[in-house]
Amino acid sequence: MNNFTYIAADTPKQAANIISQNPDAAFIAGGTNLIDLMKENIAKPNQLIDLNKIPGLDEITELPDAGLRLGALARNADTAYHPLVQERYPLLADAILAGASAQLRNMATNGGNLLQRTRCYYFYDIATPCNKREPGSGCAAYDGYNRMNAILGSSEHCVAVFPSDMCVALAALNATVNVSGATGERQIPFNEFHRLPGDTPQLDNNLQHGEIITSIDLPPGGLNKNYSYLKLRDRTSYAFALVSIATAFELKDGLIVDARIALGGVAHKPWRVTEAEEFLKNKQPAKESFTQAATLILKGAVGLKHNAFKIELAKRAIVRNCLTALNPDK
Amino acid sequence: MQQKYIGKAISRVDGPAKVTGTAKYAAEYNVPDLHYGYVVNSTIANGEIEKINLTKAAMVDGVVKIYTHENRPSTAWLSLNYADMDAPPGKPFVPMHNNKVVYNGQPIAMVVAKSFEVARYAASLITVEYKADKSDTDLVANLQNARDPKKGLASFLKPPPPKPKGNAAKAYEAAPLKAGGSFYHGVEHHNPMEPFATTVVYEDKDKLKIYDKTQGSVNTQMYVANVFGLKFKDVRVLSPFVGGAFGSGLRPQYQLFLSVMAALDMQCNVRLTLNRHQMFTFGHRPATLQNTFYGADADGKLQSIQHESVAETSTYEDYTEIVVNWANMIYPSPNVNLQYKLAPLNMASPMDMRAPGGATGMHPVEITIDELAHQAGMDPVEFRLLNYTDEDETTGKPYSSKELKECFKQAAEKFGWAKRNPQPRSMRRGHKLVGWGMATGIWEAMQVPTRAEAILTADGKLTVRSATADFGTGTYTVMAQIAADAMGMSLDNVTFELGDSDMPFAPISGGSFTAASCGTAVQAACLGLKKKLLKKAQSTNAEYKSVNLDDIAFVDGQLQPTNSAVKPIAYTDLAAASKNKQIASKNMGWPQMMKQRKYTRAAHSAIFAEVEVDEDFGVVKVTRLVSAIAAGKILNPKTARSQILGGMVWGISKALREESVMDHRIGRFMNTNLGEYHTPVNADIHQLDVIFVEEDDQIVNDLGIKGIGEIGLVGVPPAIANAIFHATGKRVRNLPIKLNDLM
Ligand SMILES: Cc1cc2nc3c(=O)[nH]c(=O)nc-3n(C[C@H](O)[C@H](O)[C@H](O)COP(=O)(O)OP(=O)(O)OC[C@H]3O[C@@H](n4cnc5c(N)ncnc54)[C@H](O)[C@@H]3O)c2cc1C
Repeated sequence: MNNFTYIAADTPKQAANIISQNPDAAFIAGGTNLIDLMKENIAKPNQLIDLNKIPGLDEITELPDAGLRLGALARNADTAYHPLVQERYPLLADAILAGASAQLRNMATNGGNLLQRTRCYYFYDIATPCNKREPGSGCAAYDGYNRMNAILGSSEHCVAVFPSDMCVALAALNATVNVSGATGERQIPFNEFHRLPGDTPQLDNNLQHGEIITSIDLPPGGLNKNYSYLKLRDRTSYAFALVSIATAFELKDGLIVDARIALGGVAHKPWRVTEAEEFLKNKQPAKESFTQAATLILKGAVGLKHNAFKIELAKRAIVRNCLTALNPDK
Repeated sequence: MQQKYIGKAISRVDGPAKVTGTAKYAAEYNVPDLHYGYVVNSTIANGEIEKINLTKAAMVDGVVKIYTHENRPSTAWLSLNYADMDAPPGKPFVPMHNNKVVYNGQPIAMVVAKSFEVARYAASLITVEYKADKSDTDLVANLQNARDPKKGLASFLKPPPPKPKGNAAKAYEAAPLKAGGSFYHGVEHHNPMEPFATTVVYEDKDKLKIYDKTQGSVNTQMYVANVFGLKFKDVRVLSPFVGGAFGSGLRPQYQLFLSVMAALDMQCNVRLTLNRHQMFTFGHRPATLQNTFYGADADGKLQSIQHESVAETSTYEDYTEIVVNWANMIYPSPNVNLQYKLAPLNMASPMDMRAPGGATGMHPVEITIDELAHQAGMDPVEFRLLNYTDEDETTGKPYSSKELKECFKQAAEKFGWAKRNPQPRSMRRGHKLVGWGMATGIWEAMQVPTRAEAILTADGKLTVRSATADFGTGTYTVMAQIAADAMGMSLDNVTFELGDSDMPFAPISGGSFTAASCGTAVQAACLGLKKKLLKKAQSTNAEYKSVNLDDIAFVDGQLQPTNSAVKPIAYTDLAAASKNKQIASKNMGWPQMMKQRKYTRAAHSAIFAEVEVDEDFGVVKVTRLVSAIAAGKILNPKTARSQILGGMVWGISKALREESVMDHRIGRFMNTNLGEYHTPVNADIHQLDVIFVEEDDQIVNDLGIKGIGEIGLVGVPPAIANAIFHATGKRVRNLPIKLNDLM
């Protein structure tokens, strides 16, 4: 970990201004990811801009359209246990609580969760090449130990996965990310927030240096009746997903009128396939259709040496989770 | 001797100090003018260092010195001087000895700075140029290099396999029932809570006080004295608390060498701690490949045991374990062939990890036996009873005691085994297939000579000490219990001290032999003390002149002669009348060789497991484990139960979680942190039951102690694997078993 200076920002605008002037500065929120990356000499900011003291950014407030705004600095735990989140967006609460540990969730913020970096073993080990860490150096994971790596949407340059659980639910719920920069504010639909690696794997998402996430908006209608979050991993808690799935349905008169299926642990971003969701619409909920939807979602999936099993695992998990979503209380 | 404390569930005497933070560990001794080291590790597995660039690091404010192979002070020339008490045959690794790299992660430079943060930062600025050679780290790809291990001092406690008996291959061919297969487990690394650390206090030229994380303060003392040419008496090693070790502290680790080197060279106090990644840069449980071919006659009686094993070792030492011998220690067979070989790889030397060899070897044994039982259409317990033995066939000696049958009985009863339907896939709960399996465990009961001193003071307090260790094992507690009973004193007045090389000699603490070894020493010291008390009584009180030791009860802090005409005397009076107001005795606790050598001495266990396996995903949940342990006298059921529970949790870990993943292209471990090196979390652990089946064994030692440090782990992984077979019909032989193995 290198030396750095520290400054606490008072407003989002001030924070954006400071960071715009310093390409090597970084925001710090809960620090649960950034501090680790600094200790591993992966992130080497020369200045930390603390967002924790900005008033109001940690609030969770109702929106006029009955949606919900999650402050970027609200803690993952406070978000998951917030009465309105529990009541209206239980899928999100379940996804958050499937991640990390109680201690980490107490520190981790919503903004930081969106920007956490991959857990690819090679990204984490600076003794190995990694295009995400050092563009142009190569991807050691492609032919290396890649159990935790991508089966969808990857490129020869990068097979990393985005590790968040929370974001899988946010993707399924069609959230919007509110961003503030030195020049103004903008909104990014959740499905356009994270990127696929292509030949620029160093970029995880479309946030620009100089921009700060202020909040995340959830649209009204949290799909709070038929939903389920399923996370499959190598131990029962405190492990990243091999495959995770956020599923939600709106049912009417025995038919599916809205279907959302987002996958985590399989790609460089939460994975949603519109074709599969459209396919399920106006159908009766049945194992057979879920199986077909699973096939559509996994279309084009490619297994690497150590993770090919994830393709079949994901298919089975989609089907199971769809069935569970029909009876979320079991 | 009246046993008022031995056998009682007494809480750990060091518990309050540990949970309140007053117990200090090696890196917590804050001495003035402390300098902090930070190690740089190699990033290749085999080759040479061509250049180390230190310029940037040296410029960092606060950096005092940087050591590499090019400038480090010279130390002892002879390899022998680096041999610690647990060194296997070969040449021990010497940090920064020359420019050769023999494993990935090898320490190659150390920054010493005024603060830890500065040292760590400066270390990150060091760059290294290598000439890398091809490295071989994959055991399975290097089996052609397997050879017999070299013999050495270590072979004494780890004897090689016995000679073949009969014709095992032929008997196997002829056997109507055959089972076996190939079993592989990869490397596992030591991850006790406390990482390795040393604080060296530079007291004077050539005089050091060292706080070290170790399972043997005398081992550290001896190593430092030999390597750095110091006098034993000028090296004092303290290690009163150790935050878990499990075998990792049996050998001095490189932070000891480097911190002492720097302290002597810079003539100042130095602390060096290893971080979690660096815990993956020294000894480990070796990757091991085993093949079994067992045959039985139509009734299920074993006719042939063939068990061969190839384990990994380094290029510089031959680390060995007892892996294959267990098969014929626990199951009799007229035809036996046991083979054990090593394949040297470009890795650090492996080292002992809880139940070394036993946990490894008993896995294939117990799975192969389960397969045979299944083929014979017999209940696995019945099958084991049919092939039961009271004699260790590898030596031809009987067991000094073996209540394994009773373990089967009690554990099966507690588990409800009688209700088992032998058919695999016959039980389910919703999406979960349910399976019941069982296995046996064994671990040798060893004892080594150890010294202790007992000191009685006029204030009525007894202090007993020995240079042994307590790394969470409960040594402080059980030794105090033994001493209190030996002297007929209240436990409140007895203190046991350990972890100081100035104390009477104790060897490294491992192999489950500490309770037996040190317990015997404590008894010997207390006996010595009683003799001195009597002598003192005789010299101060004429009535005692004709009283023999055997005619006195030592109870309630008094000498109470059986002859009621002779008045009791309080210990305190005798101590008060002595020089320094105390009476002390230092004695050696010897193993009773004459009795012991006619027997094999071992602890046994029976483990019953219930698992649920998700039929679609292969996710395994160990819902219940019952372990019955026959390990001689249980000194303290509370601390003993904790030991066994820890072993059972580790067994779940070994069966389903733990694995150091290596990228063989670079010979580097890739999951070197606790987020990715998976050990069980609370959510992985469900019902665990421990039963102690007591044995009255006067052969092992006076107190009947066998030791329980390792036995809790042995047999748990195969019990789980056998339960998984029962649940799914699938035999998975490799460890750990992952969900994709069962999909
Ligand atoms: C051992 C371990 C296990 C974990 N397991 C899981 C898991 O199973 N599932 C899971 O989903 N997560 C898991 N996590 C990750 C955890 O959720 C993230 O570390 C956490 O959400 C990050 O939030 P933070 O506030 O601490 O971010 P920080 O570490 O403070 O910041 C992370 C990044 O976001 C930037 N940043 C933070 N806030 C803002 C903002 N408002 N605007 C712009 N940039 C910002 C920072 O500059 C930094 O680059 C785990 C973490 C650890 C350490």
